Amino acid sequence: MKFRTLKRHFREGAKNILRNSWMTIASVGAVTTTLILVGAFLVLMFNLNHIADKLEEDVQIKALVDLTADDAEIEAVGEAINKIPEVSSVEFSTKEEELADLVKSMGEEGEVWELYEQDNPLNHAYIIKATDPLDTESIAKKIKKIDNIENVTFGQEAVQNLFKFNQLARNIGLALIIGLIFTAIFLISNTIKITIMARKREIGIMKLVGATNGFIRWPFFVEGMLLGVLGSIVPIAVIVTGYYYISENVSAFKQFNFVELLPFSPFAWQISLIILLIGASIGVWGSVMSVRKFLKV
Amino acid sequence: MIEMQGVYKTYPNGVTALNGIDVMIEQGEFVYVVGPSGAGKSTFIKLIFREEKPSKGSINVNNKDLLTMKWKDVPYLRRDIGVVFQDFKLLPNFTVYENVAFALEVIEESPKAMRKRVMEVLDQVGLKNKARFIPDELSGGEQQRVAIARAIVNHPSLLIADEPTGNLDPDTSWEIMRILEEINASGTTIIMATHSKEIVNTIKKRVIAIEDGLIARDEHRGEYGYEI
Repeated sequence: MKFRTLKRHFREGAKNILRNSWMTIASVGAVTTTLILVGAFLVLMFNLNHIADKLEEDVQIKALVDLTADDAEIEAVGEAINKIPEVSSVEFSTKEEELADLVKSMGEEGEVWELYEQDNPLNHAYIIKATDPLDTESIAKKIKKIDNIENVTFGQEAVQNLFKFNQLARNIGLALIIGLIFTAIFLISNTIKITIMARKREIGIMKLVGATNGFIRWPFFVEGMLLGVLGSIVPIAVIVTGYYYISENVSAFKQFNFVELLPFSPFAWQISLIILLIGASIGVWGSVMSVRKFLKV
Repeated sequence: MIEMQGVYKTYPNGVTALNGIDVMIEQGEFVYVVGPSGAGKSTFIKLIFREEKPSKGSINVNNKDLLTMKWKDVPYLRRDIGVVFQDFKLLPNFTVYENVAFALEVIEESPKAMRKRVMEVLDQVGLKNKARFIPDELSGGEQQRVAIARAIVNHPSLLIADEPTGNLDPDTSWEIMRILEEINASGTTIIMATHSKEIVNTIKKRVIAIEDGLIARDEHRGEYGYEI
């Protein structure tokens, strides 16, 4: 194919948008409606996922070393923990540091604990993070078996409920998005079916004049892509503006600091790109599928 | 140019349209195909540009064997055959200019040569000043002239016309015939299916009469031969 023919296909595709103005309006409308929904769910899903990741990252294991252990034994415990393959980081915290942390976390009431500075009742501890937070429980079990470990804590129940909730949220989000995309494809292929009779005649005429299948298909491909892109303009505007207001307002409520949304930039732009790509793919798919049936003439 | 030997055509619904056709048409001939409705004229025409495939027999057009021709080669056959139909078959959303230019875009002609050639053929059929119109804005005769312009724009060796005057009034029909004769005079073979007794009996050419799927008559400077 010569370059000028490729240019011709793009020009024809763009002209078809104007020539079939009713079909354009109907298809763009269908793409717009579904992309707003898809976009909103994408924003929701990405943020849920982000929040879940944040919460999971905070999960850590604290291994308390026996009070009777001497320095060499403490060292041996550290090495043993380091040998567990799923562990990503191990940090040693002396009992003095542990006390300081405790005092700090209690605020004013913690001052009482300062009395213990002379005779610290706490254990030395190792603070462990897992490479994959889902391995937390199995790591904790392995650490428990190491000599000179008094106790291992990681907030068992809370962590397990969190993981279950995150998994559920992700699956539901994914199912909704897939469902919506199928709805979009269904809507658009239906819209295209409405005008299929007129197009059937057109394709037949083109074949009579000696056009190859590729020559006929190209402008349809371009047309579908443009329909998808046109259909994603309004959804992108809605999502970007909407997300701007939401992220402004959520950061105003600083007390909910566990709900940290993805930052407006670059997230809003990434979502815009995803919407644009989904729109273009749906458009191309719908358009090319509608031509395919009539090419065998 | 066109050679058919023992051609049979039975459609999938069991209707037999052609029952053993043998015919030879030379380059530069002007041939009328006549016969009652449903006798096989349209099938005969459709076989030539590979709209239909015969059930049995052999067809050669421009030294190409249409039986063994692959689907992907059909477009290249059609680029050397112009077709004109009773219902014009113009692209409704394209202007007159775009309709004619389409046949040249298909063969990837350069824009400059395309513009020149399209205006040349539009001039030939007398529609130079209507290039920007869309088909719906033209009369039937004008639309048929656009179809002819498109059919001849890339200098085909063969022009097939399936009842080109079927939808037109007598004055317009004679105008179309004058254009077809001109095209024939420049060396293009013309095969025209028609029901018009006046045309066949006035402009005398070779007449092939098809009845019940067989060639009933094949005469040079023949008569229409049917009472309507």
